[in-house]
Amino acid sequence: MEEFLRYLTTGISLGLIYGLVALGFVLVYKSSRILNFAVGEFMLIGAYVAWTFRVLLHWPIPACFVMAIIAAIIMGWTIERVAIRPLIGQPILGVIMMTLALMVIIRGVVLLAWGAIGKAYNPPLFPGTAIHLGDIVIRQEYVWGLVVVVIMFIIFTYFFRFSRAGLAMRATSEDHQLARGTGIRVKTVFSQSWIICAIVASIAGVILASSQGVDIRLANVGLVAVAVVLVGGLESVPGAIVAGLIIGVAEQMAKGYIDPWVGGGMETVFAFGIAIISLLIWPYGLFGLRRIERI
Amino acid sequence: MQPAGTFNMSYSQDMAIVRTRFQWGAFIGFLIFSFTLPLYAGDYWLGLINIIAITIIAVLGLNILTGYCGQISIGHSAFVAIGAYTAAILADHLGFSAWAALPCSILAASLIGLIFGLPALRVKGFYLAMTTLGGWFIISWLIPHGDNLGIPTGGVYGLAVARPTLGNIVINTETEFFYLIMVFTLVAVFLAKNLTRTRIGRAFVAIRDNDLAAEVLGINLSYHKLLAFFIACAFAGVAGWLKVYYLGYAHMDHYPLMDSIWWLGMLIVGGLGSTMGAIYGTAFLMLLWEGAAVLSPEIGKAFPGVALQIFASSTQILIGLVIALFIVFEPRGINHRWQIFKSYYRLWPFSH
Repeated sequence: MEEFLRYLTTGISLGLIYGLVALGFVLVYKSSRILNFAVGEFMLIGAYVAWTFRVLLHWPIPACFVMAIIAAIIMGWTIERVAIRPLIGQPILGVIMMTLALMVIIRGVVLLAWGAIGKAYNPPLFPGTAIHLGDIVIRQEYVWGLVVVVIMFIIFTYFFRFSRAGLAMRATSEDHQLARGTGIRVKTVFSQSWIICAIVASIAGVILASSQGVDIRLANVGLVAVAVVLVGGLESVPGAIVAGLIIGVAEQMAKGYIDPWVGGGMETVFAFGIAIISLLIWPYGLFGLRRIERI
Repeated sequence: MQPAGTFNMSYSQDMAIVRTRFQWGAFIGFLIFSFTLPLYAGDYWLGLINIIAITIIAVLGLNILTGYCGQISIGHSAFVAIGAYTAAILADHLGFSAWAALPCSILAASLIGLIFGLPALRVKGFYLAMTTLGGWFIISWLIPHGDNLGIPTGGVYGLAVARPTLGNIVINTETEFFYLIMVFTLVAVFLAKNLTRTRIGRAFVAIRDNDLAAEVLGINLSYHKLLAFFIACAFAGVAGWLKVYYLGYAHMDHYPLMDSIWWLGMLIVGGLGSTMGAIYGTAFLMLLWEGAAVLSPEIGKAFPGVALQIFASSTQILIGLVIALFIVFEPRGINHRWQIFKSYYRLWPFSH
């Protein structure tokens, strides 16, 4: 039982991070119908920038987050403007390939700038002592991660419900032509969605790196987020969070209970296995829009 | 665009790939050149050509699936791995010869490909891209952990295979492998080029352009989509079979996820949906890769502090940039440029 609760809590906190990354994914898809495979590499940039300012320059923690966010804004804006905007109207394979190329380029740049050896947050970003909750022991990083993620979700809910930019983004996701007709600049919305995706991903990257260490393999979480989006549905923000929790918990359970039988490495496989099976049952995800097509 | 003074008198002339005397001459000249290549090229170049030719077979299959049928696969290297491991397991544990293992490799790769193609019946586009990605993760986990599940894959150590034999000849040197691989590549190019001109190939193109419209026209969607997966993975099976015997060793590290991404990039750079484009793109990117791998230690000498990092990252950045630039500036690829160039010189002094 104690074991189960430990897997559950780890799963939930990991799942919320997956949900956060998937949220960035969904935002870009909703506004511009582009699937951003490079989202894991955005996490990498956030994590490495925060690491540089925290460990090498000893800046205070909030300032590190701010620097990671600034780096994300610059990166998101540049990528949208330089690489994605020329592709409006191109077939999807070109766009998918562009995000894959971006993934490779960013990975290369990270290797060039920071090297291939993994790095740890030292001094740590969050205090390292464990928290005792009855019988369960939780790492404090997870709790802080949870707090940050919940704050992010509240900010985004507010942003999409009440702010002008958020409303414009929702309108654009419904219909580009109609949104233009009401005076929304669709290209600006594209740009904003990429910036938000980059910010969300790099914050998730910092949180995850604070518990796992900064490493080029962190970017693989971006691919797990792909599976999350698959389960939740490409167009759904709540779907991203629910599916993030499902995949996070399932992954930890698989790691805890199946790994000893098969010799390890079940996490990613299990995530994708769930995704493929759920896709066969719900082709458009749990909360995705079912599109009716015409010729 | 036809050269001036060339007229087609029959349908078979109209459909011919090699049309004029000059083209026949160039074609036969190319065949003679490529089969006498070991006379003038050293082992370094032959080895490079061997790897490029094996990759061309896999990329041709991917081109049928992605370029012609429009079903995006980001996990194609997993199917190559299936072909390779089938041959290795059969050879190591059941004593199959290389030639007996070949049809088994092809069949195993195509059947596994068919399984991961099944989601294509219900989803398309992005969703399919993600399921094939999932397919790669599942297969890449299954192979190193196969021993625990009763599949003798040699775990993380991989499997060594003996050199293939043809009669009394043991195929061992680069030159011998060159002939083996060249024969398979030529057959693969011939099949791929002609498949796309048949009824099936035209059905694939119709599905790519608009699958609903294709269905209304009477094309059996599920049959053709699965057929595309089957054929593409059969090519992957051949490539895997060749690769495992060429390297003499089967290991999942030879089939990384990045390979399948590079292959999609090669398709884009060469020109999506053209057999020649797949060949140009593969050759271009792989030569570029080799060039960068040769040059980056030199660049590293200029910046000694970060030499290792430059070595690790320069090829990735360069190839990624080349693919990105092609997508933005020439999305139809090298093949399209080559066609423009050909029609230009055919009309040359009278270009209007």
